[in-house]
Amino acid sequence: MTPPQRHRRRPASDPPSTPVPSPRHTPGGTGQDEEPKKPERLYTITGPDGDRAQLDLVTLIVARADPPASAPPEEAAVLRLCASPLSVAELSAYLRLPFSAMTVLLTDMLAAGTVHARAPIVRQQLPDRSLLEAVMHGLERL
Amino acid sequence: MKASDTVPGPRAEDQLPHSTQAAAKIVIVGGFGVGKTTMVGSVSEIKPLTTEETMTQAGIGVDDNFGSASKTATTVAMDFGRIRISDEVVLYLFGTPGQERFWFLWNGLFEGALGAVVLVDTRRLEVSFEVMGRLEERGVPFVVAVNTFPDAPRYAIEDLRQALDLTPEIPIIECDARRRASSRDVLMTLMRFLQALMAANGTLT
Repeated sequence: MTPPQRHRRRPASDPPSTPVPSPRHTPGGTGQDEEPKKPERLYTITGPDGDRAQLDLVTLIVARADPPASAPPEEAAVLRLCASPLSVAELSAYLRLPFSAMTVLLTDMLAAGTVHARAPIVRQQLPDRSLLEAVMHGLERL
Repeated sequence: MKASDTVPGPRAEDQLPHSTQAAAKIVIVGGFGVGKTTMVGSVSEIKPLTTEETMTQAGIGVDDNFGSASKTATTVAMDFGRIRISDEVVLYLFGTPGQERFWFLWNGLFEGALGAVVLVDTRRLEVSFEVMGRLEERGVPFVVAVNTFPDAPRYAIEDLRQALDLTPEIPIIECDARRRASSRDVLMTLMRFLQALMAANGTLT
């Protein structure tokens, strides 16, 4: 029995840019033969995009203080959960907020100084092999 | 949003120590039903969680709400788990939908990941072709894990390598995503592959 055949691709010469969400309204109607449109986030950011882009799924968030009595419920929840470090992904899961909405809330809280962010380890900036070795040791202990 | 104290959080034993400085992530990607969530669950030290993203999408060829609306809100979910590596480092595993058009919903999902596991089902091998092509285009290092379903055709690894058009250095391994030891072996294979890449290139980019 022969499996189906694939053909390998090469890295794109231009590094992939962040995909641009499609325009909200496409003139010309919605014919049956149209290509599927790229989806767009329902929650969008109105401010500069730079701050939000710094928050990765695994950026660790740590509270800097106990929640003040005046904090809105979402912020109080973040501050309580982040008494020990917690990733943005986990916060999104526990608070049942879409990831993008979570980053908006956290961007505000970072600006207000109520939480710290600890940047993730990313492939492009891996300094040496020691992290890979540490991960392997960690996996061996599982 | 309910009152803050009703929001559940990690169990006390699942809290990360304050010394945790940074997190890394690995992406497990594959078609629907291939076992991504199973693999995440089998190696995670926490009960797998789900992060969602809500987006609008043109209603293509589906019920068009009698022409009143061409867009619908769609929720895309991603399951993830976590492994504590040391007092300073924690590793997250994300089971990610195979369709590239969803990937941008989560910032840097693949760009920042250490690497990826492409999970394949030999009954539907071609479902994984597009994913591998996209990872190649983006320069994301990956290994291929064949989730062995009992009724799936078995191919020799070298036949699979030829069919998937993978270079000799890219590891292909069989696994049982339900088993922790097997899923851990897949992750170890990825880490060894990354080590070899780094030894050869000095970097992972």
